[in-house]
Amino acid sequence: MHSTPKIVPLGDSAALVRFGDEIEPAVNRRVHALANLLEASPPAGIIETVPAYATLLVHYDPFVISFTQVRDFLRGKLSQAEETVARKPRQLQVPVRYGGEYGVDLESVARLLHLQVEDVIRLHSERTYTVYMMGFTPGFPYLGKLDDALVTPRLETPRTRVPAGTVAIAGSQTGIYSVDSPGGWNLIGWTPLKLFDPHSETPFLFSPGDEVKFIAEQ
Amino acid sequence: MSLEILEVNGLATLQDSGRTDWRKFGVPTSGAMDPFAFRAANLLAGNDPHCAAVEIGPGDIAFRALRDCVVSVAGVGFALSIYIWDFPLWSSYYVRGGWTIRLNKLDFGVWAYLAISGGVQTPLVLGSSSTYLRGAFGGLDGRRLQAGDVLRFGIPSRPLPQLAARTLPESARPAYSDHPTIDVVVGPQEKYFTDASIATFMSQPYFVSHTSDRMGYRLEGPALVHRDKVELVSEGMTMGAIQVPANGQPIVMMADSPTTGGYPKIGTVVRADLPLLAQCAPGKSRIRFQRTTVARAQEKARRLMGRLGGSIEAE
Repeated sequence: MHSTPKIVPLGDSAALVRFGDEIEPAVNRRVHALANLLEASPPAGIIETVPAYATLLVHYDPFVISFTQVRDFLRGKLSQAEETVARKPRQLQVPVRYGGEYGVDLESVARLLHLQVEDVIRLHSERTYTVYMMGFTPGFPYLGKLDDALVTPRLETPRTRVPAGTVAIAGSQTGIYSVDSPGGWNLIGWTPLKLFDPHSETPFLFSPGDEVKFIAEQ
Repeated sequence: MSLEILEVNGLATLQDSGRTDWRKFGVPTSGAMDPFAFRAANLLAGNDPHCAAVEIGPGDIAFRALRDCVVSVAGVGFALSIYIWDFPLWSSYYVRGGWTIRLNKLDFGVWAYLAISGGVQTPLVLGSSSTYLRGAFGGLDGRRLQAGDVLRFGIPSRPLPQLAARTLPESARPAYSDHPTIDVVVGPQEKYFTDASIATFMSQPYFVSHTSDRMGYRLEGPALVHRDKVELVSEGMTMGAIQVPANGQPIVMMADSPTTGGYPKIGTVVRADLPLLAQCAPGKSRIRFQRTTVARAQEKARRLMGRLGGSIEAE
């Protein structure tokens, strides 16, 4: 049995659907199920939705639809979403060069976790992760859940510049920097794939809800 | 059909009504900081309200018209001169080729919008002309405008004389002030704060910090106290959302706000009052916040935008 999600206003033009308050794969699947359902048949007045770990933010146009109407509509869709068989997620493989010039924290992470470098690479690349949500910078995927043996704290002082394509871990999550940006995660590798190109026909490599597997390059 | 930038010492960018449809991928909407003044400028120039216009941040700017055109300027805190005359804002003007248009920054207010009849023409990136400086895309090559840039404009909706000398009366504008009262819808994390903190936020004056920018306005005033947790798992947010990090100093998310955030939100500034907040001068404007409901906020926005639609007058 699922708990009934709460629907609360965020200001006067967004409604927040809260399924839980933790990073939990089962909760996140419910977020994507509702997001997919709304995307398949978008009602008038709903502009777009933003899935996150445990919430779906629904941006609406208050000149077209009121908060109460949005809330009632979402309540109807929620029961439908829980009954719908989950759409099979898209699966992507991401080649990674671990360590080296970009994965500068790989060895210190291994020392911190009392693991061999090879074990960190194996544990990181053997799981299939879910894109829980995207944010921070355009195209940045928050992926999880990491093996418990790989849980690390963030850097005390974030770096001012992390190159696009750098693969990193922090807490129970892993991610890939989508553009050159500051960053406080531990850097363990690099992928040549382009995560974000605003001028491309396909600007984003990932979508929320995708499944991702890292392939270690020799 | 173009306008050349002669000099600029503030932050000038091209903006439109914002970049929707990409927030789930982490792309901020960007768009105008003062959505009302932006829209008014376009309507005065006879443009579609979504056309790109020049957003002028705190600082002076000068343009030269390379052809006859009609421009309109709306905003707060600038003195406008065209050729050798001074003119008020919130109006449209016929400008002859060769004439100079100057906007000089005054004490209060922050942003002004210069729209050109026909709209500034620039390639769309992810469906919008808005400049997102941190992402270095949109607008003119993803960057701020600089001296020497030439802005091209499209075909005006009507003959130029019909578009010039139109004005939006003060009664139709938001109640811009150096001590505004700004409505807030409380939540969704009001339970993360002590009752005393919420009462403080709704009664004490706050000032916009000098470190504010298009991404967010940092507020300076009495610190707000979290009950225990100061972080939550990241969730979606919107322009106007008021995040409160551990130091207790609120940050109101503005046009370039990230799409998600992990600090508790005490409330959200309502859309009708975002223009008032956007125009608050750092360190000068004295802001008070007050609680409202979603229904009242939406009604206020409808009234404001309704006045804008019906109030443009030919002089």
